[in-house]
Amino acid sequence: MSKKIVELLLKDHINALVERGIRRDGRGLHDYRDIEIISETATHGDGECWVKLGKTQVVTGIKVDIGPPYPDTPDKGVFVVNVELLPLASPTFEPGPPGPESIEIARVVDRAIRSAEAIDLEKLVIKPGELVYILFVDIYALDYDGNLFDAATLSAVGALSKTTIPVVHLDEEGNITADPNERFKLELKSKPATVTMVKIGKKLVVDPNLEEEQVADGRITFGVKEDGKICAIQKGPGSLSIELVEEAARIALSKYEFLSAYYG
Amino acid sequence: MPIFVEKKPDKLISEDGTRIDGRKPDELRPIEIEVGVLERADGSAYVKWGGNRILVAVYGPRAAHPRHQAIPHEALVRCRYDMAPFSPSTDRKKPGPDRRSIELSTVIEEALKPVIFKEMFGGTAIDIFVEVLRSDAGTRVAGITGASVALADAGIPIRGLVTGCSVGKVGDFIVLDPGHEEDMWGDGDMPVAFFMETGEVTLLQADGQYTYDEFQRALKLAYEGCKQVYELQKKAIIEKYEKLKLEGEIDEQENS
Repeated sequence: MSKKIVELLLKDHINALVERGIRRDGRGLHDYRDIEIISETATHGDGECWVKLGKTQVVTGIKVDIGPPYPDTPDKGVFVVNVELLPLASPTFEPGPPGPESIEIARVVDRAIRSAEAIDLEKLVIKPGELVYILFVDIYALDYDGNLFDAATLSAVGALSKTTIPVVHLDEEGNITADPNERFKLELKSKPATVTMVKIGKKLVVDPNLEEEQVADGRITFGVKEDGKICAIQKGPGSLSIELVEEAARIALSKYEFLSAYYG
Repeated sequence: MPIFVEKKPDKLISEDGTRIDGRKPDELRPIEIEVGVLERADGSAYVKWGGNRILVAVYGPRAAHPRHQAIPHEALVRCRYDMAPFSPSTDRKKPGPDRRSIELSTVIEEALKPVIFKEMFGGTAIDIFVEVLRSDAGTRVAGITGASVALADAGIPIRGLVTGCSVGKVGDFIVLDPGHEEDMWGDGDMPVAFFMETGEVTLLQADGQYTYDEFQRALKLAYEGCKQVYELQKKAIIEKYEKLKLEGEIDEQENS
């Protein structure tokens, strides 16, 4: 009961501040928290990126594998996005197979990258119809203080842009040989970002932290890319007016330049 | 389908005891421990040990869920050891628990339980999450080493620190802290952990074959290794609180 009261008081307080264009941590309504890309090698991935978005931390590791293509796309490589909300990252995350929350994040990140046509999947074919590269994009939430969507996209695209792929030779008998030092760089045709906003009262707030997420009345995420196009949309809980959705799209597009600077 | 097959090196150790990575038989790999690296966890640590990168978080004492697991007269201590899909130097590991990680979770739990004042927190749970981001042999002992400082960081009453270190057998040599190649192709691996205050053993496993004399030497070498790691653990905890103290002093100056 007392918890409910505190939550309501906090909600009123945050609402009142946002109404005046202020946030509890001193940011403007459309400002991101500080972003930091940690450069040390923390995984054994073929590409990796550890992102700190305020106090939210996400690390992505890419593992390149080989295998048969999907039957309906015999001349295309495969990429798979997986998100793990580790119980280490929050008292509310529990061990077990991926739940709806982590699947939603994985699918939104996947959609932004796929729709942006960031990866030229046709270049990831070793022998059409038989052997292609499979890129596993494993996104690990390490510390959850709000807005995992944008942290996950930054970290996934950041890791892909640093990925190198081993050159695989396939002889006529089907034997596979590869030299660990012979690699080619994964070229990205686009480096999309996602911009997540929540509705607090009647206003949109960019990059919500945990308490803002908890008191918000709605959530929306836009995937955006370098040519000023939208490449994914996901509305979360709550409802938003058409005007607010349009405003959200404009804000998202205006944030691409800022976010893409972290892709290096 | 695996792209690479790792090849066994011609020689893991030379006659004079120089190891494949250039170390002497009784030499540890470089180790760094950082305490309090996560915001949400009650206690946390990041361990860099050779090529290993391990993140540990401790939550609790907190309400035990599911309720039927709770023990009325003491805290339920649970550990989850997990390897990230991108942590092995070889193929991707499928996410989620497997037989190995379930066993390691249990032995890590048993290695830490003896030092925790469980009796003070009946009905609650203390959760320890060991996340291997990059693996390079000896992850369980590095995990235990990190978990024990994370427990201290969480302010959970403990009798003292638990410190882990592996020893291995390579040919006729007993070596401290086996590396990746020694772990893969050596003749035995013996992970050990001690409650350093008393010298009691809280983790002991081994594969490979040892004479009694070799076993005795291995255990002694593990203890010598743990003594060095123990100093690093204490230093890491002190460093965090020195930093807090410094921040506190700055705040005080600004306010006065």
